Amino acid sequence: MFAFLLRRFGQAVIVMLVISLLSFSIQDQLGDPLRELVGQSVSEEIREQLRDKMGLNDPYLVQYWRFLKNALQGDLGTSYFFKRPALDVILDKLPATIDLVIAATFWILLFSIPVGIFAAIHPDHWFSKLALSLSILGISIPVFLTAIFLIYLFAVELGWLPSYGRGDTITLFSTWKTSLLTLDGLSHILLPSISLASVILPLFVRLIRSEMMEVLESEYIRFAWAKGLRRRRIWFLHSFKNTLLPVITVGGVQIGIMVAYTILTETVFQWPGMGFMFLEAINRVDTPLIVAYLIVVGLIFVVTNTVVDIIYGLVNPTVTLVGRPT
Amino acid sequence: MNFSLERMRRSPVYYSFINNKVAMVSAAILSTLLLVSILAPFIAPYDPWDQTAFDIMDSEYPPIGSSGADDRFLLGTDDMGRDMLSTILYGTGISIAIGIFATILQAFMGISIGLVSGYFGSRLDSFLMRIADIQLSFTTLMVAIIILAVFQAAVGLNSYERYALLMIVLVIGIAEWPQYARTVRACVLAEKKKEYVDAVKVIGLRPMRILYRHILPNTFSPLLVISTVQVANAIITEAGLSFLGLGMPITKPSLGSLIRNGFDYIFSGSWWITFLPALVLIVLILTINLLGDWLRDVLNPKIYK
Amino acid sequence: MSLLQVNNLEVEFPLLSGKVKALKDISFSLDKGERIGIVGESGAGKSVTAFAILNLISKPGRITNGSIWFDGANLADMDRDQIRNIRGNKISMIFQDPMMTLNPVLTISTQMVECLQAHRNLPEAEAKKIAVEKLRAVQIPAPETRLDQYPHELSGGMRQRVVIAIALISDPALIIADEPTTALDVTIQAEILQLLLELCVNFNVGLILITHDLGVVSQVTQRTLVMYAGSIIEQGPTRELISSPLHPYTQGLIGALPEQTTPGSRLNQIPGVMPSLQDIPEGCAFHPRCTLAVAKCQHQIPELKGKTSRLCACHLVDDADA
Repeated sequence: MFAFLLRRFGQAVIVMLVISLLSFSIQDQLGDPLRELVGQSVSEEIREQLRDKMGLNDPYLVQYWRFLKNALQGDLGTSYFFKRPALDVILDKLPATIDLVIAATFWILLFSIPVGIFAAIHPDHWFSKLALSLSILGISIPVFLTAIFLIYLFAVELGWLPSYGRGDTITLFSTWKTSLLTLDGLSHILLPSISLASVILPLFVRLIRSEMMEVLESEYIRFAWAKGLRRRRIWFLHSFKNTLLPVITVGGVQIGIMVAYTILTETVFQWPGMGFMFLEAINRVDTPLIVAYLIVVGLIFVVTNTVVDIIYGLVNPTVTLVGRPT
Repeated sequence: MNFSLERMRRSPVYYSFINNKVAMVSAAILSTLLLVSILAPFIAPYDPWDQTAFDIMDSEYPPIGSSGADDRFLLGTDDMGRDMLSTILYGTGISIAIGIFATILQAFMGISIGLVSGYFGSRLDSFLMRIADIQLSFTTLMVAIIILAVFQAAVGLNSYERYALLMIVLVIGIAEWPQYARTVRACVLAEKKKEYVDAVKVIGLRPMRILYRHILPNTFSPLLVISTVQVANAIITEAGLSFLGLGMPITKPSLGSLIRNGFDYIFSGSWWITFLPALVLIVLILTINLLGDWLRDVLNPKIYK
Repeated sequence: MSLLQVNNLEVEFPLLSGKVKALKDISFSLDKGERIGIVGESGAGKSVTAFAILNLISKPGRITNGSIWFDGANLADMDRDQIRNIRGNKISMIFQDPMMTLNPVLTISTQMVECLQAHRNLPEAEAKKIAVEKLRAVQIPAPETRLDQYPHELSGGMRQRVVIAIALISDPALIIADEPTTALDVTIQAEILQLLLELCVNFNVGLILITHDLGVVSQVTQRTLVMYAGSIIEQGPTRELISSPLHPYTQGLIGALPEQTTPGSRLNQIPGVMPSLQDIPEGCAFHPRCTLAVAKCQHQIPELKGKTSRLCACHLVDDADA
């Protein structure tokens, strides 16, 4: 296990370095920090002096090194718009996005697993066929359209649910604000989480169904039947555990897609999360915030991928996380 | 490869198609959409790209059939006074064009890289596939948002409008080549193992010839299947980008841009500005996905013995 | 009173192109502790026969006629719970490739214990003890350590021994082995066959051994059935059948064995191939390939009959007997 973690850590470090390099290059190209700080009427000489003092005329690698050093200490620059440290702004908005992702994942797991398994065991049942048709529909409707439709139906026409914002929040551990524990918060998160789930859920249903159908045709399942085991055991232990493996792998990739989709969803619902913040930062050319977002997202991404790999290694005994002598 | 109409009519693919209502209807609708979007410059009642041809006084007319509609505009007008029917016709064309061009680009890159990587193997293969893995772990949408945002901020709005279409096609095309590369490479590796490749090598054919004449034809099936998926994905990605304001500008709108434009107005009652383009977009993606599903089933060797 | 009695068994597969009969009027019996072999080419219907007994035919195939009598009941008529009581309990099966037969994500212990616990109320500790016993019986070294291992940690031969141990674990009356050694190394094949033979003799367990390899049946079985295109075309004591085959097909099979050929000369082949089940010729299914065929063979299906324990479905043999 230790060797595995060490190797993954090494890979993660390399990926983060690449991301930080790319982000820094963007920062270099985009926007002029001086303009944000000083304004138009300052003379050119004073500008040059300020540039020197701020180290903006230093060679590329020196600036990058400085950037890296600062980043490792938690200093990712100061947002032009908010006039606060970029990392603070992001950490402020992070809980909202996490709430959204948790809620969406809840819907995805709650529905895709039972529906996928059922559709695999009874492929000719009307429910399975319905589920499959709805799946194709779900994949074909882009996430932001689902969001718009839901808003139109439930907020504009029926007026049952709010169409924007997060609602009331409760503060946990004196820093983490979550809206999942208030009724008002729940009513606000319902539509956005369903929208976010709407594109990924059908993918999982189809994935679970097709993987499980393949597993059900395998020799070891036939052998399980030949042993006279109960159906439930064959379906939920023998079959499902094997189905889980490719699902975990693909699921890991979907997480990356989810992050991108939060940007779209948060924009439609004006959900005060990281994605919405990122889009506004782009529109305002708030470079430090853009760069900080990329680094934080890169980190989240790398960590999630590693966790998924570990989970996969734990579930699949043929993968040796621990050096097992054969 | 001999090709004759008779042979096609007797093939199992054709048989399956004729008997599958979903596939037929989807194909019909998709062809219609393609046709009208190609003919848009000829059949659209107005030119939505001509900035002088519309009048803001004509804005927000509902479609024919609702009260307050205007006879001149079949599907109503948007907030700028543009005819919805025309903007949708042109917009569909742009969405489809981007989808197809982006897919052609990624196919060209991906197939070339996949063939070379799979056939020559060893260090070149590991290197290329490592790059592919890294690219695959970054979602196209994310990468596209970043690149287009930076591009937009760097060159300003005017230049952006001129190069938007090109940039979108480039970004989606370059971001997605690993999909094609992996598929082709898997086929090449499978074919390499077969005896006929050794036989042909022994005769002394040059590698390129082996690749093109013998291995490539065997990759057509899986490539066809993923192409439909990739076109649909490209259209969805572009729509998302345009919706965020990072895709096609409102002066040359795709369906995504139109949806973005009309979003605010659903709260004030002008639902058609968003929903009509939305409907067309959904139908477009849905028919491509349905055809793709049918294609996958019909080309699956396990099912059709 | 025989242990297993199969009467007029018929299995059909409804395909897109029409209904295909995989088994046509199969009848045979097996006594307690008797070991029989079923030989034939791929597609002849051997595995289908095996699966039919335990109602494990892959969909959409199904039994359309006939009966399978075991322990006083007709297996072909049973409902889900009744047949579950037989599978893995009174009748066990062994499949061909042990790597595919054992579930890769479950331990050996789980896969053995569950077979016991599915049929009787046993605490886990007890069940594990029985499992170790059976692992010892199949000559696996250090059986206790195997329990917590996974299939991929064992060699091919060991895996098949585990599968045999699972088959024996509920002390069944009959084991059906479908090509149990085909996927194994040649050196291991003989060991496994020997093991199977000893176990069946020692525990008085009946055996139906399915294979395409005549050498295998000669080693293990007392009686052999030869199948061709969905029917049994010859039956009899193994030694006799191999030394003096009656049916032209069986003669061809024996003649084709490398041992029968003098070094340096061509191998004897039966010309042509076995027809696919959708294209079975009229009359005797073998007649297009038979060098001795006469006019009658093209129109009339020969019956499986004989005076002694040797049965044969051939007009020529029939006429010669008369």
